[in-house]
Amino acid sequence: MSSLMNWIDERFPLTKVWKEHLSEYYAPKNFNSWYFFGSLALLVLVLQIVTGIWLAMSYKPDAKLAFDSVEYIMRDVDWGWLIRYMHSTGASAFFLVVYLHMFRGLLYGSYRKPRELIWIFGVVIYLAMMATAFFGYLLPWGQMSYWGAQVIVNLFAAVPYVGPDLAVWVRGDFVISDVTLNRFFAFHFLLPFILVALVFLHIVALHKVGSNNPDGVEIKKGPKGNRWSDTAPADGIPFHPYYTVKDIFGVGVFLILFSAVLFFAPEMGGLFLEHPNFTPADPLTTPPHIAPVWYFTPYYAMLRAVPPMFGSQFPGVVVMFAAIAVFFLLPWLDRSPVKSIRYKGPLFKFWIVVFAISFVILAWLGMQPATSLLTNLARLFTVVYFLFFLLMPWYSKIDKTKPVPERVTD
Amino acid sequence: MKKIILASLLALAPMVSLAAGEGPHLDKAGIDLTDKASLQRGAGHFFNYCVGCHSLKFMRYNRMSEDLGISDEVLKSTILPSYKKAGDTITVSMPEDLGKAWFGKAPPDLSVTARYRGTDWIYTYLRTFYLDDKRPYGVNNLVFPDVGMPHVLWELEGAKKAVYKTETDAEGNEHQVFEGFEQVKPGKMTAAEYDGFTRDLTNFLTYVGEPVRVEREKMGIWVILFLLVFTGVAYLLKKEYWKDVH
Repeated sequence: MSSLMNWIDERFPLTKVWKEHLSEYYAPKNFNSWYFFGSLALLVLVLQIVTGIWLAMSYKPDAKLAFDSVEYIMRDVDWGWLIRYMHSTGASAFFLVVYLHMFRGLLYGSYRKPRELIWIFGVVIYLAMMATAFFGYLLPWGQMSYWGAQVIVNLFAAVPYVGPDLAVWVRGDFVISDVTLNRFFAFHFLLPFILVALVFLHIVALHKVGSNNPDGVEIKKGPKGNRWSDTAPADGIPFHPYYTVKDIFGVGVFLILFSAVLFFAPEMGGLFLEHPNFTPADPLTTPPHIAPVWYFTPYYAMLRAVPPMFGSQFPGVVVMFAAIAVFFLLPWLDRSPVKSIRYKGPLFKFWIVVFAISFVILAWLGMQPATSLLTNLARLFTVVYFLFFLLMPWYSKIDKTKPVPERVTD
Repeated sequence: MKKIILASLLALAPMVSLAAGEGPHLDKAGIDLTDKASLQRGAGHFFNYCVGCHSLKFMRYNRMSEDLGISDEVLKSTILPSYKKAGDTITVSMPEDLGKAWFGKAPPDLSVTARYRGTDWIYTYLRTFYLDDKRPYGVNNLVFPDVGMPHVLWELEGAKKAVYKTETDAEGNEHQVFEGFEQVKPGKMTAAEYDGFTRDLTNFLTYVGEPVRVEREKMGIWVILFLLVFTGVAYLLKKEYWKDVH
């Protein structure tokens, strides 16, 4: 066995990679439950890719066959229903887990120097996920698939001058049609592999600078020497076996919740699988109420909240994309002398709570029909959402922070 | 910190209930997918009254008979048309253009209607046909206004008239508000019998919407029991390893 390892190690740095990234990668010993969501996101990504490939074996990307092929998977393919529900529940689980993972970053300042690139790769991953989910949602070719795609592609038509041509270019047709379905399927199959590459970069960057922790203390700058190594950070523990074994427990808890949805409420009351999507796409009948799936609704609420200017919906589109793009700036907006919320002052705590509430309320508003009261509420919370970011250089700087300890706390 | 998490979870809770949507009042069907006798009766009703116009094109005859406990002999002698095989899907012979000419719209396939409209909707729909001279077939429907379908089950239910009362709102405008039904002509069934009949039919259509549902829920219990054990062991393993750290 060891001679085989030697043979490999002379040709490929297998032992070195194992040590650097697992058995001798020293992570802070004080991770709390918020730190489960990174490994869970990776698990769901793998789950989506594996179930996705199996679905693609029976799915037909053809406007005449797509809807029927999904029902064929649900009824006639052995275990097809399980694979399909894993995939549809997995899509929502992926966003839920990633939203919590991102919120963890906000709580403990994981985006701060020297982790700006980890954060930026993360936001790119989030964008790629959104694109993947958007392309994937057209594939069942139900009414909501069709009209949701119609609404989103029409956003491109709002771009000044080139808009209408751009929308035709994206669709490959004047309306969402068979050719659109085919190209969306191609992109939906391609993007997950780009996601894997981005996750690889995300982790390489993380392992270069080391993990942050709930105290926001840099363990690499602290004292050296622990029971595994004299040169490793005193507050670090080897990722393997300590965090691998802990993450397995996290996976267990996650899978219990995931299975509860999958086996007992796969539609999740219309949140994960929308009821109108059980009727085939009909280009001649617009549904009375078009709403995207829950993970897009905060941005959809913002899109609808911005009134048209100069007869164009373009400002709404700009606001919607800006709401995501503003995450890229976060590492430079936070001017607080401390990283973690544990040592930040009341101003930051106030704003982060207000931000979380706005996000949830916008998500809810995005599902509702746009009445004038709800539109005004959406406007209010859109402003609050942006104020969290735009005022951050000011409130994070003047906030009363607490002293950060030298070492991590338990 | 814990308060923040709790608050955000609480804020998520109403999303589930409110996303369900609005619409006319629907009666609770109160179906039971494990009640095979009810499902068999529902299948019988479907093949007696519905299959002339409505297909179940994603459902196979033999999958249905197997799931519902209908024997091959009964399937062949009472349900399966002579020109079809047991493994075929339940389609209709009526050409689409004729359906369109007769009803204004070709009668839809009902395979996933229960998932699209909902169980309670189907139950309510079947029980809220009422007389309306303005419609080509003389009937209208409370949850599906101006529906093209005639009241196929009128012989069983009889004929009903919708009774409206006039209400005046705050601005002094008068509105017609639906108050209830008035039986004009008795049917072969009493109201309770007809409720049972439509409940069985609704049960069957809900089964057809997702044939695997009962099996899925049964399996889910075992999966979760296994995961509970797995997670328990994983927790003990974690605790054992982490003795080094603490």
